[in-house]
Amino acid sequence: MALRFEVLGRFNRARAAQLTLPHFACQTPLFMPVGTQGTIKGLTTDQLEEIGCQIILGNTYHLALRPTSELIDELGGLHKFMNWPRALLTDSGGFQMVSLLHLADITEKGVTFQSPVDGKPMLLTPEESIQIQNRIGADIIMALDDVVRTTITGPRIEEAMYRTLRWVDRCIAAHKRPHEQNLFGIVQGGLDPVLRDICVRGLVDRNLPGYAIGGLAGGEDKDSFWRVVAQCTAALPEDKPRYVMGVGYPLDIVVCSALGADMYDCVYPTRTARFGTALVPEGVLKLKHNAMVNDTRPIDPTCACMVCKNYTRAYIHCLVTKDAMGSQLLSYHNLYYMLQLSRNLHSSIVEGRFPECYIIPDSNLCASRNSNVVRFLWQFPKGDVPEWVCNAMDVAGIDISSCCSS
Amino acid sequence: MKFAVKALSSGKARAGVVHLGSCPSSIETPCLLLSTRKGLPIFISPDLLSSLPSPDSNLLQFSPLHLEGASSTLVSSGREVSKRCVNIGQEARWGDTTPNFDSSEGPSPKTISSIGGLHQMVGLHEYGFAAVARDSIQCLPECGSTNKTGASFETPCGRRLIKPVEYMEMITSMKPNLWATLADEVPAWANNKRNKTSVDRTVKWLDECIARSPLLLKLVGRGGQNRVRVNPIGFRVVRAGGAVFGSIVGGSNIEERKRCAQEVAVRNVSGYWIGGFGLGESMEERPSLLNAVTDNLPKDWPRMICGLGLPEEVLQGVAAGVDLFDSAYIYHLTIGGFALTFPLDRTEKIDYNYQLSDQGSDRTKINLRATVYRKDATPIVEDCCCYTCQNHTKAYINHLLNVHEMLAQILLEIHNTHHYLGFFRSIREAIKEGCFEQFQKKFVQSRREHLAADVVSV
Repeated sequence: MALRFEVLGRFNRARAAQLTLPHFACQTPLFMPVGTQGTIKGLTTDQLEEIGCQIILGNTYHLALRPTSELIDELGGLHKFMNWPRALLTDSGGFQMVSLLHLADITEKGVTFQSPVDGKPMLLTPEESIQIQNRIGADIIMALDDVVRTTITGPRIEEAMYRTLRWVDRCIAAHKRPHEQNLFGIVQGGLDPVLRDICVRGLVDRNLPGYAIGGLAGGEDKDSFWRVVAQCTAALPEDKPRYVMGVGYPLDIVVCSALGADMYDCVYPTRTARFGTALVPEGVLKLKHNAMVNDTRPIDPTCACMVCKNYTRAYIHCLVTKDAMGSQLLSYHNLYYMLQLSRNLHSSIVEGRFPECYIIPDSNLCASRNSNVVRFLWQFPKGDVPEWVCNAMDVAGIDISSCCSS
Repeated sequence: MKFAVKALSSGKARAGVVHLGSCPSSIETPCLLLSTRKGLPIFISPDLLSSLPSPDSNLLQFSPLHLEGASSTLVSSGREVSKRCVNIGQEARWGDTTPNFDSSEGPSPKTISSIGGLHQMVGLHEYGFAAVARDSIQCLPECGSTNKTGASFETPCGRRLIKPVEYMEMITSMKPNLWATLADEVPAWANNKRNKTSVDRTVKWLDECIARSPLLLKLVGRGGQNRVRVNPIGFRVVRAGGAVFGSIVGGSNIEERKRCAQEVAVRNVSGYWIGGFGLGESMEERPSLLNAVTDNLPKDWPRMICGLGLPEEVLQGVAAGVDLFDSAYIYHLTIGGFALTFPLDRTEKIDYNYQLSDQGSDRTKINLRATVYRKDATPIVEDCCCYTCQNHTKAYINHLLNVHEMLAQILLEIHNTHHYLGFFRSIREAIKEGCFEQFQKKFVQSRREHLAADVVSV
């Protein structure tokens, strides 16, 4: 175990904590930008520190391909290679293989696939995944899991869940650096509460430093999604971090935090930036749209980031999708938005005002102190909050009835 | 804008100082104008720009054509098609399925005015902007389509014809610190008749641009570079909207160059923009063409030039008495994955002990895509204090290039700009020490010797 997790404040199931990792002491709830290939697209490490990024996710699959984990190891590990002084997390490589490669197949041994370099058959075993991650040197590493899409039904889900547990043991055995890197297990089991329960128990028995809730963020309906998260957070140990993989949209992060999750990652903010879409409290703003041509307002008047303080929508409009600078500036804003969201979640839970975050705009409570507060329900000015959100908040014990029209 | 020559070397090369209203410090010349696209550097974001040496890096070149749309006209097969630039090619590349909603128009001049001008729009309040229609990277003069109504340029949005009235509308709304009048530039191989026309046209457009530049009636004191007319009741009529640089063309014809320079020299301008270079003239014929221009210009006003990008070309310009340079060199190096490494230390002795150069280097620059750098954990240049060299290794940049990550270009543009600004600094030092001619000779010679050695050693 190479981390400390200390809960600093609670609101019902939601918790704000300090997660102390070898390279950085993080505050949760936190959002991890995805730096697929050893960089966040278009941003320097200085800028990431500037906007308050605490931990970055690196994709093992991509890094093992280029520049290879051996080279990263030889040059002192990924932190040194990219000159990122704060925390890093690597995934196991399994998900990318299954989603990116043709003819990827999963057997008890591991994930068999065709090498994208020369087409030769290759095998990624749990042992190999951990070895690669040991070489890369991230603060948190992920066990190789048998991940199945939630849209699939049948015995495959049960098979995958049990295999995930067996593979976790192999991962633990193969892990050479337990005092420097934290191995997280991943809860699988599809949308089946019985399977999820078995998996949670199995992982908790292994006494890992932290746990992830996997197999979601893949197209399942939102009602099933939140229920799985709720079930897992209820069953996972209180004193260890919980990471919902692949989440996500600001709304999802707020709901999952209300239900007791701590860590998130998603390509969404940076990817949508490259398509010209900015994240704003009201939802999204499509900067490419004709309406932006002469709009002299900033992207988000309440945002304190460099982009919103200096630039108009009109100017960003003429940059997006056409110039590298457009991507950079929008990515900067979108990541700042997500990180500010996490900071707000943390501080509002610690300060005991978590539910105040949801007060709708024309209420007097949403004044100066909370001017940067999470107002995710501003997305629904007509009060048409989705049912799944209402149900989830119900379970989380948070009253949002004032924001709902019905 | 204020300009003063402070030192001369070898007759014509001058070291000077230019002061622009928006920049807190004066900028020494000869100096480099950083290339921008729509007002911001191509890859270096505004918060990283401040990591470059200041005030050297505070002067930016800007082409109003980058914000095409509202004012200029799209010309397609000789017909005016529409006033909007619909960039179909690029939209298709981005997989855009709703071309009707998305346009590539820049903000209109009216919007730019309401934002407060260029400095305000791009958030660079303490920088100086020089507006020139031509930028040697993406807005290239297309003399075949230029006609008496306007100048034609090849841009990423297609060919655009810009008329003096449209150009001045953009200049007025943008309020750059200084701007060049619209010019008709022809390549070196243009015939005499076409060349002569270009001179006549350029001078005519100069007058038209000045006539259309915004007037400001104010009570002003003496001094300043803007020439003023004092009318009987004591007001001065001042041209606002930035210092005017009169454009000078003339192709590869010494007589036309001289004629144009003489015409412009008697106009009411604050400086001179020398156009038509970097369009096919040879290194050998260039000095006499440059001198034909500068010999006929008053010494006290600044001279700016476009199209002399390579170090040797810059030195030619300095030798002829040019003060401000743009350069596409940094851009091309950057997108090619190259980093400048040539020594800036003027006391370096020429190394006659040549070694085989590695695959990545020609001793002036290195190609960071080369596999030889895969594991090289050293910075690009050992004691370079740019952001890139202080923070990253050749191995990391090599990796970024291999995986096509934008960060590679950002880091390279920072280093290359930093390095080239250092080159300009050593030029200024050489002039101040009175040994510019020697500096130029030594620089050119050492680069030639390196290349010769590489040829021999292969």
